Amino acid sequence: MSAHADSLAAAQTVEGYNFAYLDEQTKRMIRRSLLKAVAIPGYQVPFASREMPLPYGWGTGGIQVTASILGACDTLKVIDQGADDTTNAVNIRAFFARTAGVATTTRTEEASVIQTRHRIPETPLTDQQILVYQVPIPEPLRWLEPRERETRMLHALGEYGLMQVSLYEDIAQHGRIAKTYNYPVQVSGGYIMAPSPIPKFDNPKLHRNPALQLFGAGREKRIYAVPPYTDVRSLDFDDYPFDVEHWDTACALCGATDSYLDEIVTDDAGGRRYVCSDSDYCDRRRQAGDTGAAR
Amino acid sequence: MDADTPAAASEETMPRTADPGRLMIDVRGLSKTFTLHHQGGVRLAVLDATDLQVAGGECVVLRGPSGAGKSSLLRCLYGNYLAQSGTIQVRGADGWVDVASAPARRILELRRTHLGYVSQFLRAIPRVPAEQVVAQPAIDAGTPGDQALERARTALARLNIPENLWHLPPATFSGGEQQRVNVARAFARDFPILLLDEPTASLDAANRDVVVELVNAARDRGAAIVGIFHDSAVRAAVATRILDLPGKAEAA
Amino acid sequence: MSAHAARGADHPILSVRHLSKRFGRVQAVDDVSFDLFPGEVLGIVGESGSGKTTLLRAVAGQEAPDTGAVLYRDRWGGLVDLHALPEGRRRRLHRTDLGLVQQNPRDGLRMGVSAGANVGERLMALGHRHYGTIRQSAHDWLARVEVDPARLDDPPAQLSGGMQQRLQIARNLVSEPRLVFMDEPTGGLDVSVQARLLDLLRGLVGELGLAVVLVTHDLGVARLLAHRLMVMQAGRVVETGLTDQVLDDPQAAYSQLLVSSILPV
Repeated sequence: MSAHADSLAAAQTVEGYNFAYLDEQTKRMIRRSLLKAVAIPGYQVPFASREMPLPYGWGTGGIQVTASILGACDTLKVIDQGADDTTNAVNIRAFFARTAGVATTTRTEEASVIQTRHRIPETPLTDQQILVYQVPIPEPLRWLEPRERETRMLHALGEYGLMQVSLYEDIAQHGRIAKTYNYPVQVSGGYIMAPSPIPKFDNPKLHRNPALQLFGAGREKRIYAVPPYTDVRSLDFDDYPFDVEHWDTACALCGATDSYLDEIVTDDAGGRRYVCSDSDYCDRRRQAGDTGAAR
Repeated sequence: MDADTPAAASEETMPRTADPGRLMIDVRGLSKTFTLHHQGGVRLAVLDATDLQVAGGECVVLRGPSGAGKSSLLRCLYGNYLAQSGTIQVRGADGWVDVASAPARRILELRRTHLGYVSQFLRAIPRVPAEQVVAQPAIDAGTPGDQALERARTALARLNIPENLWHLPPATFSGGEQQRVNVARAFARDFPILLLDEPTASLDAANRDVVVELVNAARDRGAAIVGIFHDSAVRAAVATRILDLPGKAEAA
Repeated sequence: MSAHAARGADHPILSVRHLSKRFGRVQAVDDVSFDLFPGEVLGIVGESGSGKTTLLRAVAGQEAPDTGAVLYRDRWGGLVDLHALPEGRRRRLHRTDLGLVQQNPRDGLRMGVSAGANVGERLMALGHRHYGTIRQSAHDWLARVEVDPARLDDPPAQLSGGMQQRLQIARNLVSEPRLVFMDEPTGGLDVSVQARLLDLLRGLVGELGLAVVLVTHDLGVARLLAHRLMVMQAGRVVETGLTDQVLDDPQAAYSQLLVSSILPV
């Protein structure tokens, strides 16, 4: 993260760009917002989001945060829906390899910075790691209250009955809280926060996570954070407690029963199987000799 | 007139039967004028320096030609018309209330606890059944709902309202039936003071006799009554005193 | 005559003092003061443009007055100026002690969520976290305002205008407020629907002992609901008194015009 390290690495990157693409002024501005976000867990800090060489919705917020915290010695991992090998993940990884010359990896425990879209890795994170989320809509109250001025007021006053109303409505209409991703949480007993569209399966991992968690929303120009070891509670009702997804099957490739499974259609006859969404986790288990059920 | 000690405690939830002989109404120098702003500011003086004292056990009948201010006097007593000058002292739960100057909520409380009023027309409330209309004054005074309804039904039966009408809103009733509901409402509770504006006007002989009985029973239990009765026979049957209100107002 | 003075009900729940509000060149509300006592229904009547709605909005804390104070006496007897309160406390008061029934139910309802959620919202805002209990309250309140509880999960848009208005009333009363502001509550409804709603309101106001400030141009509504009337003209109070006295024996020239320009009520 230091300017000294930046200049060392600069020689190995594509010419004509500053280290990690963004100019130093912009990075400083974003770092100031990040510091404020860490100081006020869950609070959405406005920042002057820049145009990036990819469209909004493709992770411009996450990329700006990553660019601002990346140092030459960092090792970067990028995942999209848990996978390292999807187009979006590959592109962003390549982007930083070219503009910052940083080492990249697909292995969770090797990374010092992990940029993610829609998942938290299955492998537990450490206090030496930073997780950067790409966020499309940072405002958890937006669904019920379209006015920005009003949602800000509600956050300021801690008036969160409205959020509870949306959960009530879920149970009334579906018999249970039907939100399965971007499930709202309360950070450190204070602000209510959208955890980005991660599956609610990952919500427990937000709670008291040793890693620093940073959230960037490029189009909406907001940054927020969950500092290490911070309480993060998923909202619920006393008689409809928060619960995560369960599968009555194991990963078809590695046999894991503790990971988030994607459903994959395998043929035109409607055959399907379930495999880990976290590709690194699945690979590592298979390398260690675990196999899926005989299917 | 404030010499009487005020009632020791507020017992407004109890239907109090007034004491015979105790002064209940004390009107002094009452003047009532209507100013018709939109008819050239015409001023109609209907009452001028009128005095009236009524004690418990008395039935004072107002007499005079049409336009002499009989109804206006009753309405002033009830607080429905605003007096231009004078005092209208009425004894309430906590002592005298000057209806001419008391705040609205004081007058409403006085009406609730002390003043039974039979107007010439029933102002029906949509959807409310007759028995509920009749029971309301007792309920307002704190009588349990079923007891109040029981008394209401007794009063309706006494006034010959057919039982199959009790559950219906009186808005659909005939004029005579509506008037009897109106009377029942004032007599289903033992108000210490009754103001009766032609309660027998549209009634047949049998029902008129019932009303006379009711008025006399109220008077005998010590109620202070002020009434207007067109029928001289009814007047003679109920009045303990006549107050003449001449067309040109003068002190009675 | 002043034996009442010692009693609790003799402290007004609401004291409006010298309230004024100007819009450009129009003095919408001009130095209005009044007291409202617990359990009392005050009707504010006048024609369009008389300032009655602006007065209500200022008294209900929706619109800041230019000058004057709106003093509310809370459950513990303390006086608070609604317009001087910090935003957070003011809003909390509006979720607990105060209610606002608007003429157009769409302004007072959350149209995107079910009837039950509309009723339950105040409870959830107050920290209720038991779904079953919240739902039961919503169910009971729908029944109480005579909306079929089977409609609990329907969005307000699927309810008739009269039912929407009942829903708005339930949504306000669920937190057991002490003071409710009503702006033409029967305004946009058919006559027969109006009558039923009035009857319901009359019953609820009596049962719950609510203090109400009611704005209406309909003197029939005022006659049925209000204990006391305040007649407004051009931003000023021209007459105030017992409802039936103001309607049957209006004193001010304007009140006489207002009363005579309508059918008997």
